[in-house]
Amino acid sequence: MATSVTTLLATLRETKVWKSIFRRGPANSNRTRSIAVFGNLFLHWMPVKVREKALHVRASYYLGSISLFLFLVLSVTGILLMFYYHPAAPNAYRDMKDLQFVVSNGVFLRNLHRLAAHLMVFMVFAHMFHVFYRGGYKPPHEFNWVIGVVLLLVTLFLSYTGYLLPWDQLAFWAVTVGTNIISAMPIIGDKIKFLLLGGHIVGENALLRFYVLHVVILPLAAFVLIGIHFWRVQKDGGLTVKPKDSDGK
Amino acid sequence: MENKKIETSFSSDAKKEPRRVVFVTKQTSAKVVGDRGPQLMTYPHLLLREAIVFEIMVIAMVVIALFWDAPLEQLANPLLTPNPAKAPWYFLGLQELLHFFPPFVAGILIPTLVVLALVVIPYFNVNVEGEPLWTRRPGRNLRTVLITTIALLAFLVFFDAWTIIAPTAVVASILIFSYEGRQQTTGWQARLSAKPLSWWIMTWFIAVSICLTVVGTFFRGPGWSWVWPWRAHVG
Repeated sequence: MATSVTTLLATLRETKVWKSIFRRGPANSNRTRSIAVFGNLFLHWMPVKVREKALHVRASYYLGSISLFLFLVLSVTGILLMFYYHPAAPNAYRDMKDLQFVVSNGVFLRNLHRLAAHLMVFMVFAHMFHVFYRGGYKPPHEFNWVIGVVLLLVTLFLSYTGYLLPWDQLAFWAVTVGTNIISAMPIIGDKIKFLLLGGHIVGENALLRFYVLHVVILPLAAFVLIGIHFWRVQKDGGLTVKPKDSDGK
Repeated sequence: MENKKIETSFSSDAKKEPRRVVFVTKQTSAKVVGDRGPQLMTYPHLLLREAIVFEIMVIAMVVIALFWDAPLEQLANPLLTPNPAKAPWYFLGLQELLHFFPPFVAGILIPTLVVLALVVIPYFNVNVEGEPLWTRRPGRNLRTVLITTIALLAFLVFFDAWTIIAPTAVVASILIFSYEGRQQTTGWQARLSAKPLSWWIMTWFIAVSICLTVVGTFFRGPGWSWVWPWRAHVG
């Protein structure tokens, strides 16, 4: 069974159609393996070769990758949730009830989105502290560290704007507590709060603004910044590795 | 013999006479870019590992999402304030700070300073692998550490901010204990005594953040009073 699948794949890779789609035949030499990376739009920002030490789990614990994967899971589940959601009060809350009682796997979808959101905040923090303790911010990685700090803020703001969308008591008061803090800013505090909420209290306008921020503006910002962040890891010379990263030495 | 006259002057023609010049600036040594070690092809070695990480992550999340339901409370009601009204967990550290300091300090000043401090780390010669705190003038440094710790704790006591005092005292004690390890070669004191100041500051920051967040999430009830999470309280 396994051999027949392997031979089938091997035969497929030799076909004209396969080559026309992937722009290469089987990746059986270092040349074609290189082409597999730089000849692929989604992988071309990666290096063709990586240091063995950088692959060691201790070099990264894959925290940055996990953060990216969580962002992808959030994008997919988020888009699916958008099919069932109206950013209006109190319809938004009814949509939550629909997810619970009407939509197939609606609760599961929402659970997954919420879990991934909390995990992403946690993983981005963990990633930042791990990079600090390894000295990963040092030259020439200085500016990528700064982009990372901005990404942390974008992640927090993404999670925070999403928090309001269910329009239940938990959402409403969590956002009220948060936005009240903004008023403490001297001079411009109240103006910023008004801009964010579209009014003086958390109401329908605030829900719409948070929705637009949550599904368009912030994901786009995160997408672009994540792209630059990963691309620069390679441009700045790859992951920071240490002598002790090798196994058993 | 006279044909083989040795020239010692510099020519300005870089094409004819290429020359390498090394500038060694103060407090640095000429750096040699070392051997980058063995390398592996990204395809398949890195991509395979990334795929495994992704799959494990998704499987774990699906299992958790099947059993752990996202909360949904009553419809939002501006007239019915829950007590306590809590922000998302990652802001509960700030909300805990708000309990001790005025809103401008806890909600605006401290977060702004934290973000600024994070941004400038790579530009201010912060070296987390740098010189251990007790290398040069250990006695003077210990005195500075003691005075700073006592001043900080006194300041925090003045504000009754004991959920900051606790982690600060713990980290400061470990820091002071590591002083004993500066001449040892093995053991936890020796390992800790090899850490530079930046390591200690970041560790203190993380300890305080975790303590504030955990207390804000689990140990705060009506009127931001202390509650034990395992005891049911009227909510």
